[in-house]
Amino acid sequence: MAQRYSSFDKGGRMWLLQRVTAAFLLVVLAFHFFLLHFVHHADEVSFLMSAGRMETMSYYSLMVLFLLTATFHGVNGVYNALVNQGLTGTKRTVIKWTLVAASVVLVVQGIRTANAWAGIPLY
Amino acid sequence: MSQSYNRGLIEDFSRWREFEAGMWAWIFHKFTGWVLIGYLFTHIAVLSTAIPASGAETAVLQAGNDVYTQTIVSLEGLLLVRVLEVGLLAVAVFHMLNGARLLLVDLGVGLESQDKSFYASLILTGAITVASVPTFIAGAF
Repeated sequence: MAQRYSSFDKGGRMWLLQRVTAAFLLVVLAFHFFLLHFVHHADEVSFLMSAGRMETMSYYSLMVLFLLTATFHGVNGVYNALVNQGLTGTKRTVIKWTLVAASVVLVVQGIRTANAWAGIPLY
Repeated sequence: MSQSYNRGLIEDFSRWREFEAGMWAWIFHKFTGWVLIGYLFTHIAVLSTAIPASGAETAVLQAGNDVYTQTIVSLEGLLLVRVLEVGLLAVAVFHMLNGARLLLVDLGVGLESQDKSFYASLILTGAITVASVPTFIAGAF
């Protein structure tokens, strides 16, 4: 019988990924708040200014990575919270896949929006 | 295998009376996490108005009459939205500071002063939130 010698089981990888995304989000969320509330102000928002930022490849890729990590961190956090509260069995499977589906919708819609700003004709 | 402990339900009536700092940190982190993921879905939904707006004429975009600009400007014109944004900032800052604390604890840093670092995150959250109020409310009146 095949043995797994790694100390990282599936749960361990998700645990690590939750913390790696946390470290990334700490920096990027602080940057996001600072840029969009302190450098630019909320009442000055316009399509062209948002588009101007998103047309820069580095900003676009940072925001897509931000969306992916925030979605993973948030949805995995919700799942963990529900499991902590005693979610098991069929309910757990149903909720898990509902959360996966919601994440896919969120990421797709977020990337469509970023593409609309960046002028990438995939939206 | 990881151990699981029966902590009981936080919803049990009056159980909060026996909570210590660590339990409050756990509850606040969970509550702020729920708010933030809820906000993320709402945020992307509102920003999605950029999709129809991208089809607008250049003159319409330059005048700010597209559906995206109009949606954001009218939302930001509401005092309630500005107040909710301050609340969102408080929630995000606490989640970030307490989360940074948890990352350090996971790395074995500051194990002896977890209560103090939790109180420090609360105080710092309050200070950053209060200091940000003028910026967040500017132009709302």
